[in-house]
Amino acid sequence: MLGALLNNIPLMIMATGALVGSAASLVGVFLVLRKNSMLSDAISHSIVFGIVIVWLLTRQQSGPVQIIGAALTGLLTVYLTELLVKSGKVKDDAAIGLVFPALFSIGVLLLNLYARSVHIDAHTVLLGEIGFVWLNTISIAGYDVPQALVWMSVVTLVNGIFVIVFFKDLKLATFDPALSTALGFAPTLLSYGLLALTSMTAVAAFDAVGAILFIAFVIVPPSAAYLLTDRLAHMLVIGVLISIASSVLGYYAAVALDVSIGGMMAVMTGGFLAAAFLFGPRYGLLAQSWRRMGQRYVNESRTLAVHLYNHEDTPESREETVVDALRHHLGWHDRKADQVVQRSLRLGLVVRDGIDLHLTAKGRRVALELLEPWRTA
Amino acid sequence: MSGLASFLGDYTIQNVVMGATLLGIVSGVLGSFAVLRQQSLLGDTLAHAALPGVCLGFIIAGARQIESILAGAFVTAVLAALVMLALTRHSRLKTDAGLGIALSVFFAIGVVLLTYIQGTGNASQGGLDAFLFGQAAAILRSDLVIMGGITCLSLGLVAAFWKEFKLVTFDPVFAATQGLPVALLETVLTVIVAFAVVIGLQMVGVVLMAAMVIAPAVAARQWCRRLEHMVVLAATFGVVSGLAGALISAAGRGLSTGPLVILAATGLVIVSILFAPQRGVIWEEIKRSRDRRQLGDNQVLTTLRGLARQHDDPAYPVEQGMLDTYHGLGTQRALQRLQRQGLVHPVRHMPDEGPHWELTASGHAAARQVLADLDAGGR
Repeated sequence: MLGALLNNIPLMIMATGALVGSAASLVGVFLVLRKNSMLSDAISHSIVFGIVIVWLLTRQQSGPVQIIGAALTGLLTVYLTELLVKSGKVKDDAAIGLVFPALFSIGVLLLNLYARSVHIDAHTVLLGEIGFVWLNTISIAGYDVPQALVWMSVVTLVNGIFVIVFFKDLKLATFDPALSTALGFAPTLLSYGLLALTSMTAVAAFDAVGAILFIAFVIVPPSAAYLLTDRLAHMLVIGVLISIASSVLGYYAAVALDVSIGGMMAVMTGGFLAAAFLFGPRYGLLAQSWRRMGQRYVNESRTLAVHLYNHEDTPESREETVVDALRHHLGWHDRKADQVVQRSLRLGLVVRDGIDLHLTAKGRRVALELLEPWRTA
Repeated sequence: MSGLASFLGDYTIQNVVMGATLLGIVSGVLGSFAVLRQQSLLGDTLAHAALPGVCLGFIIAGARQIESILAGAFVTAVLAALVMLALTRHSRLKTDAGLGIALSVFFAIGVVLLTYIQGTGNASQGGLDAFLFGQAAAILRSDLVIMGGITCLSLGLVAAFWKEFKLVTFDPVFAATQGLPVALLETVLTVIVAFAVVIGLQMVGVVLMAAMVIAPAVAARQWCRRLEHMVVLAATFGVVSGLAGALISAAGRGLSTGPLVILAATGLVIVSILFAPQRGVIWEEIKRSRDRRQLGDNQVLTTLRGLARQHDDPAYPVEQGMLDTYHGLGTQRALQRLQRQGLVHPVRHMPDEGPHWELTASGHAAARQVLADLDAGGR
C-alpha cells in the first residue's frame, strides 16, 4: 500500500511541492507580518554559500550537516545585515542587498573553481529539480523514500511544532515587540529562531525548487492569505492550503505544457495572490471599489434628502424640488440626477408628485440625522 | 608591457571594458536615487523580473537577438515595478512583500518560459544562460551600441529632471506642495532602474544585479554629502568595480563575471565604510577616543580649579592620589597631557608625599572657559 504510494511519481512530486510550500508558508506568515519578507530573499541566496562550503568540507550534498550549515549561513546573513545597519552607515534595505549578493558571489566563484563536476551547478541553484526528486531515495523501514520528501517532512514538522508551541509568543512578538520585551519574552531570540528555521527550510527545499523559487513559497501564499483574513491562525491555515493547491495545480499545468514543475508551482501561488488581490471579500480591489460605490450612492441620496429638507415649506420650494433644480443647485448632470432620484425613490426617501419631489417621513429622518444629529442621537 | 597592450588590444577585452564602463555609470547614477529613496531592493526585483522578458524576447525573435531580448527584459522589469506599486498602493501589503511577490512570481514565469524554450530544442538557446550570472565575454560590438544608447537615454532623463528628482528624493512632501507630480516622478524613478537592469543583464546577470545598483551608491554615500558628488562618485565606483570584475573574468580561469564584479563593488563598500573621512567607522572611532580623552582632561582641570577655589588659594597643590580617587581612575596621563599644554605643573608639597599638582594661570583660564561653556550649553 505504502510502497505503491511511494512509487507513484506524480504523487511524490506533488507531495514534495506541498511540503515545501507548507513549511515555507508557516515561517513566511511571520516574515510578511514583520515586514521582513525580503530576508527570505537574502537567506535563500546566501545559503548557496553555505551549501558550497559544507560540500567542500564534507562532500555531502544533503542531509543534516547541510541543513545545519545552511541554518548557520542564514543566521550569518542576518547578523552581517544587522551589523551594517547598526554601524549607522547603511539603511536596512541596502544592507540586505549588500550582504547576500556578496555571499552568493563567493559561493558561485567557489563552484567555478572547485566544483565543476558536481551537480549543484548554476541551474540547480536557480531552478531546482523537483521533477527528479524520486531519483534520490533513502531506505526507511524497507521502503525507498525520496530524500527530498524525508527532509521536507522533517522540516515541515519542525516548523509546525515551532509555530504551535510558540504561537502566543510569536503572535505577541510580531504585533507588539515592545510589549513582548516588557513582559519578559525574548522576541530577538524568537526572531533568530524563526530565521534559522527559514534557512533550514530553504536548504531542505533547495534540491526541489532551487534558491529563488523558494522565495515565492515563503512570501506569496502568506501575502495572499493576509489579503483574505485578519486572524493569525486563519492566515497560517490559508497560507498552507494555498501552497498545497498551488503544488497540485502547478504539477498538472507543468506536465500539460512540458515546462518546469517547480516554476509552475510558484506561478500558481502568484495566481492565487492575484485572485486574492482582485476578488478578496474584504480587502480585494473589487470589494473595495464596490464598497466605495455603495458609500457614494448613500451620500448622494442623503444630499438629495438634505437639499429637499432645506427648501421644504419655503417660498422657493416650487422651483427647488423639481429634478431640474438638482442640476443647477447640486451640480449634477441629468443622468446622475435621474439615477439619484430613482435610487432614493427605491429607498423610500422621497416620493414623486408630478415633477415635484417630496420627502417621506423616512427621508426627513435621514436629513435630520445629518443636520441635527444631537436630536436623533 | 606589450602583454598588457595586446591584452587591451584584444577585441573581446575592448568590448568588455566598454560594457563594464557603461554598466558602472548607469547603475551608479540610478542606484544613488534608489538607495537614497530606500528602495535598494528594487534593483533586485527588477533584475529577477527581467528573466521572463529575456525569454519572451528570445521566443519572439526566434534567436538570441539582442534588441528583442533587451526590449523584453525592459518591458517585464517595468511591468514588475508597476505590479509592485499596485500591490502596495491598493492593498494592505507592505513594500517588502510587494517586492518579494513581484520578484518571485516574475522569476517563476521566467523559469517556466526558459524550460519551454529548452523544450522546443532551439539550437541557439545556449546564450540564454549567460543572462543568469553574466558572461561579459559574450558581449558583441553591436550590443554595445544599444547599451550606449540606453546609457545616454537614462543619463539624459536624469539630467533633464535633475531638480525634480532631487526634490522628490529628499522631500516628497515639499515637492508636492510645490505642485510637482510626485506620484508620477516616483514612478519614473522606480521604472528608470529598469534601464540599469537591462544593461547589467549581460555583465552581471539577473541574480546579482541587486548589488550592482546598491553597492556603488552606498560606497559613494560614505564619502560625500552632496547628491551631485555622490552621483559622480557612484558612477566612478561602478566603473572601477565593473572593470575589475570584467577583466579578471575575461583573463581566463572560467570565473563568472557577475560574482567578480559584485565582490569588487563589495570591497569598495567595505573600504568606504571603514575609511571614509568624517563618516568612516575608523574615523569615528578615532574621533570618539579623542573626545573621550578631551573629556577626561577637562574633568581633571575643573576638579583642580574647584579645589583651588574651595581653599581660596589659586596655587593650591592637589595630591595626585586624591585626583585618582575623585575620578575613580588613573589621572597620570591626563595630567601629563595638561602639563604639556602648560595648564598644570607639578609641585613638591612635602618631601615624603606623592606628586602634587597645581593649576597655572592659563590652566585657571582654561578651566573657567570649560565651565562657562558647560554653563552656556546647559542653558
